[in-house]
Amino acid sequence: MPPAAAAQPAYLKIEGLTKDFDGYKAVNNVSLDIAKGEIFALLGSSGCGKSTLLRMLAGFETPSAGRIVLDGKDMANLPPYERPVNMMFQSYALFPHLTVEENIAFGLNRDGMAKAKVAERVEAMLKLVQLGKFSKRKPHQLSGGQQQRVALARSLAKQPQMLLLDEPLGALDKKLREETQIELVNIIEQVGVTCVMVTHDQEEAMTMASRIAVMSEGRFLQVGAPADIYETPATRFVADFIGNVNLMDGTLDVDAEGHCEIGCADVKQYIGHGITGTEGMTVSVAIRPEKIKLQRAAPEDTKFNAVKGKVREMSYFGSFTVFHLTLASGAMLKVSQANTDRHPGDRLTWGDEAWASWDPWAQVVLTQ
Amino acid sequence: MSMWRRFSHWLMRGRTAVIGLPYLWLVLFFLVPFLVLAQISVAEMGTVRPNNLTSIKDGVLTLSLKFSNYVFLASDALYYKTYLASLKYAFWTTVFCLLIGYPFAYFMARAKPSLQPALLMLVMLPFWTSFLLRVYAWKGLLTTDGWVANLIIGVGLDKLLLWADLITAPGKLMNTPFSLVLGMVYTYLPFMILPLYGNLSKMDLRLLEAAQDLGASPWVAFWKITVPLSKAGIIAGSMLVFIPCVGEYVIPELLGGPETLMTGSVVWSEFFSNNDWPLASSLAVTMILLIIVPLAIFNKYQAEAQEKRK
Repeated sequence: MPPAAAAQPAYLKIEGLTKDFDGYKAVNNVSLDIAKGEIFALLGSSGCGKSTLLRMLAGFETPSAGRIVLDGKDMANLPPYERPVNMMFQSYALFPHLTVEENIAFGLNRDGMAKAKVAERVEAMLKLVQLGKFSKRKPHQLSGGQQQRVALARSLAKQPQMLLLDEPLGALDKKLREETQIELVNIIEQVGVTCVMVTHDQEEAMTMASRIAVMSEGRFLQVGAPADIYETPATRFVADFIGNVNLMDGTLDVDAEGHCEIGCADVKQYIGHGITGTEGMTVSVAIRPEKIKLQRAAPEDTKFNAVKGKVREMSYFGSFTVFHLTLASGAMLKVSQANTDRHPGDRLTWGDEAWASWDPWAQVVLTQ
Repeated sequence: MSMWRRFSHWLMRGRTAVIGLPYLWLVLFFLVPFLVLAQISVAEMGTVRPNNLTSIKDGVLTLSLKFSNYVFLASDALYYKTYLASLKYAFWTTVFCLLIGYPFAYFMARAKPSLQPALLMLVMLPFWTSFLLRVYAWKGLLTTDGWVANLIIGVGLDKLLLWADLITAPGKLMNTPFSLVLGMVYTYLPFMILPLYGNLSKMDLRLLEAAQDLGASPWVAFWKITVPLSKAGIIAGSMLVFIPCVGEYVIPELLGGPETLMTGSVVWSEFFSNNDWPLASSLAVTMILLIIVPLAIFNKYQAEAQEKRK
């Protein structure tokens, strides 16, 4: 599908970019526009080509075909050390023999900046990432979170036109990661640099990025804002890759102007909008677990969008519980319920029968 | 009883044996001989062998320590000059080994992984032939009409060597500082390459990418990142070359000449030609101390740096 157009004129323009490794296309004819100041995430599982794409932006890989235009300048043939682009490496790649301030000053010194100006800039960067008192330490004397901040300061020191982040929080543990996500975005926005990040962590991509490209096998499957991708996935793969989802196959029975009906194995689906398709065709219906209501009593109307099942598994996550229902056909339905009541009188438990129901806007119909 | 049992228990532990055996070896064959040597160096030379340090005469125990050998070593120019010469040749050998060995180790470490075992094998291949034979072979190659000598003279390189004062007469390559240093570089090069290779092959190449990303050209990245990070390898290789070169005896004996007298040869001739064991011993003791003291300081510094890293 064509990439969603950025709201503002493109600052970074990628056109038909391809990387061919001896016949294997790691990145396959990818095009993308990124606006100035945007935080853009490339999301995909390992081997999807996201890192190769990032390395082409940094200059470590030469594209086999296509163009990379940054602020109107074609970068494809510039070596990494001549690009106005800096990268924060996965697990940081800090220089172990240099102190924190020498690490940050490394790029500035390469530009032949005057000593006093370098010191000034280093101090500003240390202040930005709140590491002032660690300036004389070596990287190995810092915690993981501090190293991450040094890496960020080093990659921002030269005021790059574009910042690349390679799995920026991958080396941190979960609790620290959540804090750092917000801090990182704050710093990037404070500096106002355009940013492309690579991650395999959908949560990281969704919380940090203004737009996401979901990648698989060297191609973009969908490009859009986090909420668009979550609520309106374009394909089964994207629906399944981002978050939890129930996917049901069925046939399109009725396709009318304002609604359509799809017959699935366990349930008849009524959808509150028409789709472009022919009656009788096979489609998939995707429903997110949190869009489903769960109750013991049968809902008023059981003709559409309601199904009875038996609780087979329960996973308690604190703020919500995920129920796995076995349906008549043997299929599994995931339902997540927010735990809004501390002591509900009638709690569903293993083996109970319950009705799952949803409204006609809960589903997404997928034709591919 | 329990103390004895504890001692025997300690003695039987695997760790003790593994560490203890090499130490026992060093004590028996290095420390004890060294102490014997130190003792001889302060003894009076008798007609055949050095006298004992202690003597009992009329019920008086006399301990006589003769330090005049050490005074003599300091006063006779021959000894400190040969020692300085040893340091000089060892230094230049180390420099040339580094100049040749570093690029070699560098490209070996960056070669295709499938190729590296073969390259490593090639570096170690000379060890399969006796070192003595290989040094002897250079005699044939460098002597008048040896093909290496003809090659060097053919391209006029001997003029350059003469200008650098490494040979004394044009066309004569053997028994000169040139042949000596060449032989030592040839012999000790693998000892420089191996630690450097070990160090360089472990380097995180992403650091070079990070340097390039920050604006360093590959050449600058090499000097600013690769070289400082391989410091430990450079020091280890230099030690492995420099220390044995200072005391080298065989190579100067075979390839050196009258003006390349080194300490090893002097020790030998004092022992076996002049039969002056105390003087020879004091020379050997001085040499060992002069090497060990800076080495110990260096080790202490290294250990402290290691400690800081933790």
